[in-house]
Amino acid sequence: MKGMTIKAALFKLRAFIALIFIFSFFAFTADAFLSSTNLIILTKHVAINAILAIGMTFVILTSGIDLSVGSIVGLCGMIAGMLIDKGLVIQFLNIVIYFEIWVIVIISIIVGFLFGCVNGFIITRFSVAPFIATLGMLYVARGFALLINDGATFPNLIGKEELNNTGFPNIGSGTFLSLPYTIWVMLLLALLAVFLTTKTKFGRHIYAIGGNTKAAHLSGVNVNAVTLLTYGISGLCAGVVGVIVTSQLISSHPATGTTWELNAIAAVVLGGTSLMGGRGSVGGTIIGAFVIGVLSNGMILEGVSSFWQRVIMGTIIVLAVMIDQLQTRFISKD
Amino acid sequence: MEKILEAKNISKQYPGVVALDDVSFNVYKGKVNVLVGENGAGKSTLMKILSGVERQTSGEIYLNGEKLEIFSTNDAENNSIGIIHQELNLFPNLTVHENIFMGHEILDSYKIIDTSKQIKITNELLAKLNQDINAKTSVESLRIGQQQIIEIAKALAKKTKILIMDEPSSALSKKEVSVMFDVIAELKKQEVTIIYISHKLEEIMQIGDVITILRDSKFICEELINKIDIPWITENMVGMKSFEAVNTKKVETGPKIIELKSISLKKKESEEYILENINFNSSSGEILSIYGLMGSGRTELLEIIMGLNKDFKGEIYLQNEILKPSSISKRIKDGIVLVPEDRQGQGLVQSLSILSNTLLSKISRRIKDFYLNTNLEKKIVTKAIDYLGIKVSNYNNVITSLSGGNQQKVVIAKSLETEPRLLMLDEPTRGIDIGAKQEIFYIMKKLAEKGLSIIFVSSEIKEVLAVADRVIVLAKGKINKELMGGEITEDNLVKYSQG
Repeated sequence: MKGMTIKAALFKLRAFIALIFIFSFFAFTADAFLSSTNLIILTKHVAINAILAIGMTFVILTSGIDLSVGSIVGLCGMIAGMLIDKGLVIQFLNIVIYFEIWVIVIISIIVGFLFGCVNGFIITRFSVAPFIATLGMLYVARGFALLINDGATFPNLIGKEELNNTGFPNIGSGTFLSLPYTIWVMLLLALLAVFLTTKTKFGRHIYAIGGNTKAAHLSGVNVNAVTLLTYGISGLCAGVVGVIVTSQLISSHPATGTTWELNAIAAVVLGGTSLMGGRGSVGGTIIGAFVIGVLSNGMILEGVSSFWQRVIMGTIIVLAVMIDQLQTRFISKD
Repeated sequence: MEKILEAKNISKQYPGVVALDDVSFNVYKGKVNVLVGENGAGKSTLMKILSGVERQTSGEIYLNGEKLEIFSTNDAENNSIGIIHQELNLFPNLTVHENIFMGHEILDSYKIIDTSKQIKITNELLAKLNQDINAKTSVESLRIGQQQIIEIAKALAKKTKILIMDEPSSALSKKEVSVMFDVIAELKKQEVTIIYISHKLEEIMQIGDVITILRDSKFICEELINKIDIPWITENMVGMKSFEAVNTKKVETGPKIIELKSISLKKKESEEYILENINFNSSSGEILSIYGLMGSGRTELLEIIMGLNKDFKGEIYLQNEILKPSSISKRIKDGIVLVPEDRQGQGLVQSLSILSNTLLSKISRRIKDFYLNTNLEKKIVTKAIDYLGIKVSNYNNVITSLSGGNQQKVVIAKSLETEPRLLMLDEPTRGIDIGAKQEIFYIMKKLAEKGLSIIFVSSEIKEVLAVADRVIVLAKGKINKELMGGEITEDNLVKYSQG
């Protein structure tokens, strides 16, 4: 029996063990890998995917899926860009309002949250399958992103002194304690998400809905409200990413974020969260995001062709789920 | 009697558990071989081994005196052993003949499914079973009883000679059960051997030829049915005679808790009534039992009170205040809670821990309850486990690590955490062993004495007799009779439930 528990523990930590293994492999074989510059760049990249994946974890824990986050990233970036570059144009009153940067950031994130809530509303109120509802939103949000500036980008978003809206690039490039803000944002959101999922009623209700929706409903859990909110959170995270990426590039492109939803889903799955819902954790998702990030960074340093990178990445994702299935079988036999 | 199948000294071990311990089981040709035992006695494991789902750790199986190795369900099927699981394995979206030939389709010379031949054979099979079902109807339009017959036909189409039936009557009405018994009699004429697993002892006495009893993973005895009676079975099965009655004392009922006034419910898009003009009330301190056959509207009635079904006409009063249609969480806050019939489907969240399940319904009136107070939770759960006598090694284990009876107690604990005034239990003893049933009855009594109003739905007469202070007998959606005290007898319950 004791041997069993060690085996079970190893299984539980498999993503983490895989991460350590991959990390050590590149640390030994790629010279530049362990340099602090590389590690910070790596983490900054991971952070973008990790933030999306944190939101995605909430959704997947309820046994849903959110395919629209990549498009919402693009949309929120475009909204931030528009508000800096053109201001808020209210045509029939013939006025233009320029906001300070912090207001623009908040508006963009709220737009992400609201688009997520629309997903949630359609899914809960009209019983549309999450896959379909968010697939629709993938197109709609991308369409809006393109509409905002007629398919063009907003370049050079440094703002104007006289409009009091300078300093936007600082979000993407600024540092605190020599770590980029982006990484701090990821850490903050991760801690918040861990708290929400493990220490609050809301979190427990998410797990209950994913585990058995009917039983949760009959236990008095407000299934619709909780589910709707998880999509809101996913949209909010996409909004955060939209702002960060726009700031890093100092320009917003309507195509930003295309297929990013798939990277986020991959991170969640690699982190051991079940697509059936009810099982998994935010911590796992962060590890999953790091596995993806370390792998692609390491492979680039090793000079692996980008085509092979994709083959390897895909294989690893499927392998991870195969191991997951083995684990379920293993536990049921236990 | 001729032995057709013989399982000798079968043992099955799972890590840490012995599911079968040196069990021998004789199956006699052309007979109904009944297998009984409490939950966890090893019946299902033995059937899984015979049907090739699991492989025994040790022991041998002989078919017609020859040693038989069963490694897979195909091996079992090839040797004419078929099984009908408790949960029907049909495709509701497909037709009867498509179901019957699923995986064994009849193909013509171009390898295309020969539908007309399939229909012909299916109709012949169903005619042999004296069933008036068309091969081309879709399975979802059939009643559960008819679907069960389709399962039997499916087994026969595979030339099954030994048919294992795992609790085939659990979802059937009395009438459907008697139809199934006719079919079984027909099968016996055709030299089909039946292995029949059931918890319903009256049925066993009626249909069985030979009985084998398992207890605690061990073989206990084998006997001819005509030499024994029900008390003998119970005694060998549990070593306990029957339920101890908890409704012996005269109850002092308190204030009226719930009152239903002319409740009616129609079937969707139909004028047929599921419930018609239901009036009753229940008071604090009493256990009111609602007795009726499957389909008499019992579950629907509870769902209406719980707020799950809002399409009804009529009024419900909670302590003289009218209850408006509302969400379930509002009903729970009002003090109404339901322990649902389907424990796995509606009662538990399988992936969560015992602790999380227990606290899932707990209502919070304060905003700070959003944050889960771990120490307080531990205290509450420890108290609940203690109060209900739930056998738990660690409340952080997943709920599925518990036995059926203990899982059900967790569902009850969850309901009690809502501090209800009205506790409704829909078939709370389904699928749990007799010992745990009795404990649940004691718990119900204890709660009633504390002032709860309890509504208890059951289809087991013995349970109603042991528990109910008052019984409402439902038949075809109407209240046929209300029974009190000495009127609550087996005869009355049977008589008035027939409608």
